[in-house]
Amino acid sequence: MHVPDGFLDAPTSIATGAVAVVAVGVALRGARRELDDKTAPLAGLVAAFVFATQMLNFPVGAGTSGHLMGGALAAVLVGPWTGVLCVSVVLIVQSLLFADGGITALGTNILLMAVTTVVVGWFVSRVLIKLLPKRVGLVAPAAAIGAFLSVPAAAAVFTALYAVGGTADISLTTLATAMLGWHTVIGLGEGAITFLAVGAILSVRPDLVYAARGVIAERDLVIKPKESVA
Amino acid sequence: MPAHLKVLALIGFMLIVVATPREWFAAYAFFLAVLVTVGAVARVRPGWVLKRMVVETPFVVFAVLMPFIAHGPRVEVLGLSLSESGLLSAWGLLVKGTLGVIAGLLLAATTTPQELVHGLERLRLPQQLVQIMAFMVRYLEVVTDEMRRMAVARASRGFEARNPLHWPVLARSVGALFIRSFERGERVHLAMVSRGYTGRMPR
Repeated sequence: MHVPDGFLDAPTSIATGAVAVVAVGVALRGARRELDDKTAPLAGLVAAFVFATQMLNFPVGAGTSGHLMGGALAAVLVGPWTGVLCVSVVLIVQSLLFADGGITALGTNILLMAVTTVVVGWFVSRVLIKLLPKRVGLVAPAAAIGAFLSVPAAAAVFTALYAVGGTADISLTTLATAMLGWHTVIGLGEGAITFLAVGAILSVRPDLVYAARGVIAERDLVIKPKESVA
Repeated sequence: MPAHLKVLALIGFMLIVVATPREWFAAYAFFLAVLVTVGAVARVRPGWVLKRMVVETPFVVFAVLMPFIAHGPRVEVLGLSLSESGLLSAWGLLVKGTLGVIAGLLLAATTTPQELVHGLERLRLPQQLVQIMAFMVRYLEVVTDEMRRMAVARASRGFEARNPLHWPVLARSVGALFIRSFERGERVHLAMVSRGYTGRMPR
């Protein structure tokens, strides 16, 4: 769910906007290291992919469905810098062409959904991949845990922003419990889908999963003895 | 009207709306009048805007809950005990959010994605960012179409996603979509390099 106009007061919106500008600027420099001159076409296509994924509905049961936010997924697949850029571009386009998420709340949305989810998702899965044994099969679970934690993390940042510049009169504890509780449930879904999607990509094109690069590089080439075909 | 001016106007307008105290009821009537006038001058069909306002739904639910969960002095409305400040908050959220959605949709209705990308370029957004956006906008239809084709393929094999047990199938589609998008990105890049692309768009 995108933050609309007027949810946070103007000073907070401007402040988050400034933070978002800095974050996107840093990500632009970092993405050049990840993708060099391929940045624009590849990041553009990945952004289109993130946008399309958000349109795919996952049934939860009882007629309701949810969709992926994709921040952590993008981070694991294309790296954190490119991930921040892709999700930010998606949010800009959604705000300007689909009125999804207010224009004055764009900075807030980028901060929450592009920066927080990507950074938390990337950091958690990165640490886990470093700590766990180096096996390709463990990359997807690490990504899943990163994705799961990224959603309540974004909710926590939102609650913090709300404490500073909220416009409605709700007690913070009510809001924090509701936001964190609800988003932990959403995070479970996000984690499960990220797990399945990363697993599917790893089994077909493991070289495309940015977070798995170190693991794959350490893999030895195995030549299996010829099996007799019956 | 050039797209970059429209974007600037939208940002300026919404900043004013957001900064207006929610007790100034008359001001909001004025803001709405401004939007209606703009819409009428630009010949935007009201139905088009109304249909697309559904993006606001989850947030309306939140605003409606507000009077029930906010604290402070309570008032009786239709036999329900509601928080006074909560009602005011709900009003503020709803009216500002709705004005934002209408204003945003008016921009979307009168601007093509290409014009918007050029407009943002004139607003001095970083060149790289504008290019990523241009590529995204250009291939959005291709990628969503690819996804639609996958949905048709799934459906024609009798698949219907009903509960979380079906997630693996959908997630594999997401995986396939990523691989296809990424590979398309590589192909597009190589094709452009072979035509003299240096990382900047020619003017």
